[in-house]
Amino acid sequence: MTEQHDDVLVATGITKSFAHVRALRGVDLTLRRGKVHALVGDNGAGKSTLIKILSGALQPDSGEILMEGEPVDIASPETAQHLGIETVYQDLAVAEALDLGENIFLGRELLRRGLLGHFGFVDRPAMRERGMEQMQRLGTKVPSPSLPLESMSGGQKQAVAVARAAMWGGRVLILDEPAAALGVRQTAQVLNLVRRSAEESNQAVVFISHNVPQILEIADDITVLHQGRVCLRCAKADASVDLLVRAMSGALDSPADREGTE
Amino acid sequence: MSSELAVAKPRHRKFADMLTGSTGNGLILTVLIAMILVFTITSPAHRFLSAGNFTSILADTSQILLLAAGETFIMIAGGIDLSCGAFVVFSSVICAKLVAGLSATPEQASNLEFPHLALGLAAGIVGGVAAGAAWGWLNGWITVRWQVPPFIVTLGTLGMSLGAAQIITGGLNVPGIPPAFQETLGIGKIFGIPWIAVVAAIIVGILWLLLAQTRFGMRTYAIGSNSEAARRAGVNVPRQTIQLYCLMGFLAGIVGVLDVARFNTASIAAHTTDNLQAIAAAAIGGVSLYGGKGRMSGTIIGAFIPAVLHNGFILLGFEPYWQEVAVGAVLIIAVYFDQVRRRSTGSRVQAPDDDAGATTPNGNEVTHGSHAT
Repeated sequence: MTEQHDDVLVATGITKSFAHVRALRGVDLTLRRGKVHALVGDNGAGKSTLIKILSGALQPDSGEILMEGEPVDIASPETAQHLGIETVYQDLAVAEALDLGENIFLGRELLRRGLLGHFGFVDRPAMRERGMEQMQRLGTKVPSPSLPLESMSGGQKQAVAVARAAMWGGRVLILDEPAAALGVRQTAQVLNLVRRSAEESNQAVVFISHNVPQILEIADDITVLHQGRVCLRCAKADASVDLLVRAMSGALDSPADREGTE
Repeated sequence: MSSELAVAKPRHRKFADMLTGSTGNGLILTVLIAMILVFTITSPAHRFLSAGNFTSILADTSQILLLAAGETFIMIAGGIDLSCGAFVVFSSVICAKLVAGLSATPEQASNLEFPHLALGLAAGIVGGVAAGAAWGWLNGWITVRWQVPPFIVTLGTLGMSLGAAQIITGGLNVPGIPPAFQETLGIGKIFGIPWIAVVAAIIVGILWLLLAQTRFGMRTYAIGSNSEAARRAGVNVPRQTIQLYCLMGFLAGIVGVLDVARFNTASIAAHTTDNLQAIAAAAIGGVSLYGGKGRMSGTIIGAFIPAVLHNGFILLGFEPYWQEVAVGAVLIIAVYFDQVRRRSTGSRVQAPDDDAGATTPNGNEVTHGSHAT
């Protein structure tokens, strides 16, 4: 029983085609509670398609998705949110005009008590306080909870986006290249945050990355996609830079597989 | 100025934050106060500061202020509304037609008898406001459903509503409005303050709270700042967009009703530049055309600057046309200074806090802002 529920999300045999392009050709993916799962692959390998299917933005042509053993149909991004799947995109993650608390609670605002709350008055101090608590819990700091995010660095903004998703994503947190636009130091910040989020919130985290050293640093499990198929699935202990690079470039595909493409 | 304060003592800014927001209105408020001082000192017998003159400035500003308040919401949400002045005309026509038609027959009206005054006024006020709101709803609906840019949608409804107003009236002003409407709401005063200004102040006060303190206001900023992020966060962006344009139309309807009260007729030929004046007031007050930024306090200041210039120039004996030249210049300069200040604010706020997080505190991005200035 517990074994089964440790696998928060299990996707099997996922296929997806766009016109004549077979983006996914039967992909399996298992996300474990409290673990970081790196989804790796060259451009066009099908990572983004798979992520979009998990976050409800696309529907698979075939295949099955189980969440904690129950089959689910992730029909829309809203359905995904209801199922406890939260996604952080490369950009488009935060509203820069709003402060930390407002961003974290956007769409789920805390209202004041009493009559003012009835009129929709928001409780900014409470949102800031709880937002700061969340940031501290994930081991990151922001200068002041009342500053609009536009006055923060790229890393801090992305940290807020991750903190937001970690706070509301009950079971699965999806990160689509969360550090793509960031510098080295900021990337380290965000990756720490991802790591902490998985451990502290006991969430299953999937993240897409191209950066092999980064993957080896924070992932527990690694899945490498090549041309719409899983070509390598391994635990961190078994992975190396060389192995991942060969897998990403397609060197691990069986000859039969390669004939099947194009 | 205010940004240094923000870094030094964030907690003490709560009240200021509530009223002016993190960007503040220091510069433009200073300009307004300086104008008032200059006109007071230079006007003959310091007439500028007289109660009578202030009353006249208040009355002149009230209508533009109401439109500018609506424009503030729309612009913060990343939109624009060019149609509001035309909606004022349309609403005033509907209001005037209902008041004139329901209060009395034309024969009774020519004898200044209005047997159904209350009915006529109630229907006129409700009908005028509803007409404006309906046009606003149409703006929002087309923007959301057809994905036509609001600039084009509102340009289109500007023409449609103005044309419709002309068709209804045949291009003539509407006669037969009971003088009681003008004597009370139109030019009446309470404690020396025009009723129109009181109505405007109450409505703008409510809108200020709505924008600064409520969920609706917060989401307005979110939509203008990053509508995709707002949508993903669960904000019903289409619905709120329609509500925002509807609010703008509702305000235009109120201005139309006030107009009938003020001038005792539907002003079919007026308000042709109200839309631009309202947008200018908001922009002078620091509302960004790109969305996400702005405060009601700024818009209020921005709405008074043209009126003060106009009034001051008349008192000083300039041709009043100079006011339009001056307002245009103020608009450009205000937006320019605002942009300069925002850029420098970015760097100054960022510098002390960039050591947040795990590793080295010497961030490179700290220098970006200072290069820009």
